Amino acid sequence: MEDCLAKKMEITVSEAEKRTGRNAMNMQETYTAYLIETRAVESQSEGQCAPVESLWRRYSEFELLRNYLSVTYPHIVVPPLPEKRADFVWHKLSADNMDPDFVERRRIGLENFLLRVASHPVLCQDKIFYSFLTQEGGWKEMVNETGFQLKADSRLKALNATFRVKNPDKRFTELKHYSDELQSVISHLLRVRARVADRLYGVYKVHGNYGRVFSEWSAIEKEMGDGLQSAGHHMDVYAASIDDILEEEEHYADQLKEYLFYAEALRAVCRKHELMQYDLEMAAQDLTSKKQQCEELATGTVRTFSLKGMTSKLFGQETPEQREAKVKVLEEQIQEGEEQLKSKNLEGRDFVKSAWADIERFKEQKNHDLKEALISYAVMQISMCKKGIQVWTNAKECFSKM
Amino acid sequence: QDLSLPNGTPVDTSSPASSSSLLNRLQLDDDLDGETRDLFVTVDDPKKHVCTMETYITYRVTTKTTRAEFDLPEYSVRRRYQDFDWLRNKLEESQPTHLIPPLPEKFVVKGVVDRFSEEFVETRRKALDKFLKRITDHPVLSFNEHFNVFLTAKDLNAYKKQGLALLSKMGESVKYVTGGYKLRSRPMEFAAIGEYLDTFSLKLGTIDRIAQRIIKEQLEYLVELREYGPVYSTWGGLEVELSEPLEGVSACIGNCCTALEELSEDMTEDFLPVLREYILYSESMKNVLKKRDQVQAEYEAKLEAVALKKEDRPKVPTDVEKCQDRVECFNADLKADMERWQNNKRQDFRQLLMGMADKNIQYYEKCLTAWESIIPLLQDKPETK
Repeated sequence: MEDCLAKKMEITVSEAEKRTGRNAMNMQETYTAYLIETRAVESQSEGQCAPVESLWRRYSEFELLRNYLSVTYPHIVVPPLPEKRADFVWHKLSADNMDPDFVERRRIGLENFLLRVASHPVLCQDKIFYSFLTQEGGWKEMVNETGFQLKADSRLKALNATFRVKNPDKRFTELKHYSDELQSVISHLLRVRARVADRLYGVYKVHGNYGRVFSEWSAIEKEMGDGLQSAGHHMDVYAASIDDILEEEEHYADQLKEYLFYAEALRAVCRKHELMQYDLEMAAQDLTSKKQQCEELATGTVRTFSLKGMTSKLFGQETPEQREAKVKVLEEQIQEGEEQLKSKNLEGRDFVKSAWADIERFKEQKNHDLKEALISYAVMQISMCKKGIQVWTNAKECFSKM
Repeated sequence: QDLSLPNGTPVDTSSPASSSSLLNRLQLDDDLDGETRDLFVTVDDPKKHVCTMETYITYRVTTKTTRAEFDLPEYSVRRRYQDFDWLRNKLEESQPTHLIPPLPEKFVVKGVVDRFSEEFVETRRKALDKFLKRITDHPVLSFNEHFNVFLTAKDLNAYKKQGLALLSKMGESVKYVTGGYKLRSRPMEFAAIGEYLDTFSLKLGTIDRIAQRIIKEQLEYLVELREYGPVYSTWGGLEVELSEPLEGVSACIGNCCTALEELSEDMTEDFLPVLREYILYSESMKNVLKKRDQVQAEYEAKLEAVALKKEDRPKVPTDVEKCQDRVECFNADLKADMERWQNNKRQDFRQLLMGMADKNIQYYEKCLTAWESIIPLLQDKPETK
């Protein structure tokens, strides 16, 4: 297996910068640009470090890249981008796209996206992706020149196929159902987690009030004073500790969000299958009906009710010459149709095969990543508990000296 | 007995009030440890009584003693809140120069609380037990006749009706409550006590509010957690390999919920009531300070009246002398009680606050155990199963 790009090249999104410029409608806008740095990984024997190349990209360019990849590789579960707008926020977090914390988390998310693509066995070989990382000017034009937008399936067409397809591969139907459920459960989880964070913040912060009142109280006490005062200090420490704790938890939330968005990518692959399958079914149906028409014309019998049959009955029979010409046309069409059907069938089977291979790869990646995320979450909770024990033990010691 | 103050001044022992306070002053060691203690009182075993007119709770009051003032070495009686309330009033009446411990609140302020719930009854029982123990520990109050009857009488109601019969024994002390005299200025040490009590009860009030707020926030946090945990379980149902890890996380959060519930309950039942008790204590103490002011005011007024008469008297009239006596006794009793109170307060708060810290430590320890126990579950590789 050829080494993916990630092994040959170091990729980072190292900085974010606020820019102002003019948009397509010549109106002034503010946006954030991200610095992508790449460096070829040299083999150890050479001992030298290759120079760092860099270029700036904004979020909309990342979007363009992803759209291109989704359309060009419909059988691949394409890694998602970090969210466009801040969602699932709790009161202390800002919903503002310009907020430095949001920008920072987005920077990490974009880097993660590039690394995911670069380590994908198929996607990493894409030339457009490579240019995205290395060619600053003219990249947009290059993407548009591929004409990928024309290949994109319309939403309406996809929806139609989803409703009308008769025999999709059962595995894809199950997978679609799974991705719907996954989206739903992770959304719910993120919403509740945000509320939990909010409440926990409140609990910790109120303890800060103990600090102040213990200090005031200690002023009127002789023997108890010192103990109270120092215990109050620990209460302040406790109240302040929640900020770092919750900031760390945001990373966990981001990990969950990635898979929330991955669910959409999974669904996209299922939709493509349904579309292809529907297309195939329509083509087969069309072929069958043409064959039937041909047979009717050749034998002169009308097996089933058809409008054509009725009109010829009403308006008189065709001449044998006319009939023969029609049959010939139909026979040509039938041959074409059979070839098309064959290739569509092949396409469909290829798609199923390669899509399913990528889905299996994705499943393993998902299980691994989410397990890691849960472990890191548990570790965070353990750390929080230990801090709590430490603070209250210190406070208890102060109280004991009262 | 020829009693005299440490400085040699002979003391008039005709007034029973002054002799008891003398006993007070001569007591060298106020901290009675197990060996020197000769009176033990406990409140337990709450029982519900349903009668046609009302429903109420009684508590068992058990006494064990070697004191001569008691006929038997052991007593066991049943008392209800009204009886404790009666006792406290009697003590305030008969021992006006002393600080009488507070009772838990008579009426339930927030109508939501069920006064027959296990938690409420237990909280009250602890407070009533503390009330009696504080009296037991007091060198003067513990010898009070009403206290004795409270601990021993089979039919307390019959005794209550006697009421006035006992007044004669206590004599002048009841007439301590004088009215209509205004004190010019409080002596510095009592002014300091007054100021201290003002700030003290203010700070306690603040702490009470903070503690209540914390409990409220914790319960709201708990509500969210109770929704949070099960979502992991739902997710586990969708997955194959991640099923066990997700279930594990869900169960873990559930355990944390239980621990949090216990913490909030403990704070409500053990922490808040003690704070409120001390606020009530401060209030009643401030009233005793005011009574002391009254007694001093009466003395000063009478002294002034005598001085104005400008008669050549060789010595001060007896009723003015008696006033002076009262002032001195009151001051002495109050000072001794304040010292005792300060010491007990320090111990009580030390215990209370250490208890609060302890409960929080236990909460975090329970959560820590829960999370640590699922790490191996999360790290478990399917091949090793």
